[in-house]
Amino acid sequence: MLHEMLQLFLDILALPIVQTTLWILVVTISVILAVAFSVLFERKIIGWMQLRKGPNRVGSIFGFWPGVFQAFADVVKLLIKEVVVPARANKVLFALAPIIALVPALATWAVVPLSPDLVIADIDAGLLYVLSLTSMGVYGVIIAGWAANSKYAFLGAMRSAAQIVAYEIAMGFALVGVLMASGSLNLGEIVKGQAGGPLSWNVVWLFPLAIVYIISGVAETNRAPFDVAEGESEIVAGFHVEYSGIAFALFFLAEYANMLLISALTAVFFFGGWLSPFDGYLPADSWLAQPGFLWLGIKMSANMFLYFWLRATFPRYRYDQIMRLGWKVLIPVTLVWIAVEGVMAHLGVGPWRAWSP
Amino acid sequence: MFVMILFYVFSAVLIAAALAVITTRNPVYSALCLVLTFFTSAAIWLLIDAEFLALVLVLVYVGAVMVLFLFVVMMLDIEVEALRSGFTRYAWLGWLTALVVILELAGVVAARRFGADTAASPVPMPADYSNTHELGTVLYTDYVYAFELAAVLLLVAIVAAIALTMRKRPGLKVQDIARQVAVRREDRVRLVKMDAEKHP
Repeated sequence: MLHEMLQLFLDILALPIVQTTLWILVVTISVILAVAFSVLFERKIIGWMQLRKGPNRVGSIFGFWPGVFQAFADVVKLLIKEVVVPARANKVLFALAPIIALVPALATWAVVPLSPDLVIADIDAGLLYVLSLTSMGVYGVIIAGWAANSKYAFLGAMRSAAQIVAYEIAMGFALVGVLMASGSLNLGEIVKGQAGGPLSWNVVWLFPLAIVYIISGVAETNRAPFDVAEGESEIVAGFHVEYSGIAFALFFLAEYANMLLISALTAVFFFGGWLSPFDGYLPADSWLAQPGFLWLGIKMSANMFLYFWLRATFPRYRYDQIMRLGWKVLIPVTLVWIAVEGVMAHLGVGPWRAWSP
Repeated sequence: MFVMILFYVFSAVLIAAALAVITTRNPVYSALCLVLTFFTSAAIWLLIDAEFLALVLVLVYVGAVMVLFLFVVMMLDIEVEALRSGFTRYAWLGWLTALVVILELAGVVAARRFGADTAASPVPMPADYSNTHELGTVLYTDYVYAFELAAVLLLVAIVAAIALTMRKRPGLKVQDIARQVAVRREDRVRLVKMDAEKHP
């Protein structure tokens, strides 16, 4: 009897739909946990850059790693706080906005190849899927700003809308270059096209596009120095000024999930994703040369560090200069480099898989 | 079967959202319902293996066009009274237009042309069929002139839009970023050597 029940349980587990659901759960929970530790990482990094210690109270394990559970303490604090809904706010949209912000940030992970054989949905139009879902995220910000019925929130939403539309175009053009280099929209194929050591990663041949992508990624996630949608010194906290408790935490989660996502995508598009940087230099059977999640994780962490570094270093951009940078600098740079890439591909310079027979 | 259920669910949501676009009083609700309409029609396109069109619909219309729409609609201060005052006066014109459109549509989308018995049901594509790839192949071979013509037309529209809105106003203060960056210390700072105290 017990044996049969166990067998039935195992059979259910082996169903494809159950397997996919489990993987979705695993990835989502991992992202949320990674967000918790990214917050700690950020506060520690910025603390060290400013010659302080950062969080060092919650969760010291036998005197080691003081502050390691700071993020969990913050989550508990936010969970038990009251969610204040402003008078004359639009209640339905006010409640909906944090969810609209969070869902695209988590749903995009479906197509990100985490290791050579781990990707939830190995779809052909993966790059388009990424672009269209990341462009959905701005609705959370806009709806939050409008529904809160507050002029600061509204100003933040307006700024964010114009900024994201501008930088999305630069981002899309940078990805056109990646698409030309790899000849595929499938993210796994894009990673495989960069095999053969760091010199054949896209960042070498598409260096201007990689820079544009990273800058647009910072702008797209509303992070410093492009955080005019929040702009503490100008418009209090921007679009989420009226949010408190767990509703605010959802915005926070969405922002950090988006940062992790952009880090992963930068690694996939330009830095060889899960490929090892020692690939081709060490013997192929050495464990350092094996592809795997380890390398993607290291690349993502380096990218997250870049985010925090930027935040600790640069003052906030002025709004009109953000627009200038997006429309007049980044987009022309990508257009020029796409033309250069076309010429290089035509002349057979560079490892362009798409053009080789 | 599952696809069938999905189709009916998405169609129901699509029709409800499309009706809400024209029936809600609040223009922001209308715009948001239009976003939902686009999104569900993209989902329906996904069901018929048209993933390129579906994703591009979301990317372009939901991700860019509707954001700018919302941007404008949210900033508008619409007087509902002023809008309603003309409603009964122009209602006959609206009804007439609606009638003409319905008649025209009925003439084209009649059951004898598009009924379930006249059109063959589409053949399911093989698993390795890539809509994006097929579309690219056709677009850059058979329809390359039409494609380039459309591209040039869009470029002309961009140039025209900029030319229409750009005007040189006299006395306008503008930043010249290149000049600002090119500034040297010597141009701005003058070190003055002077005594700390006044000599008597």
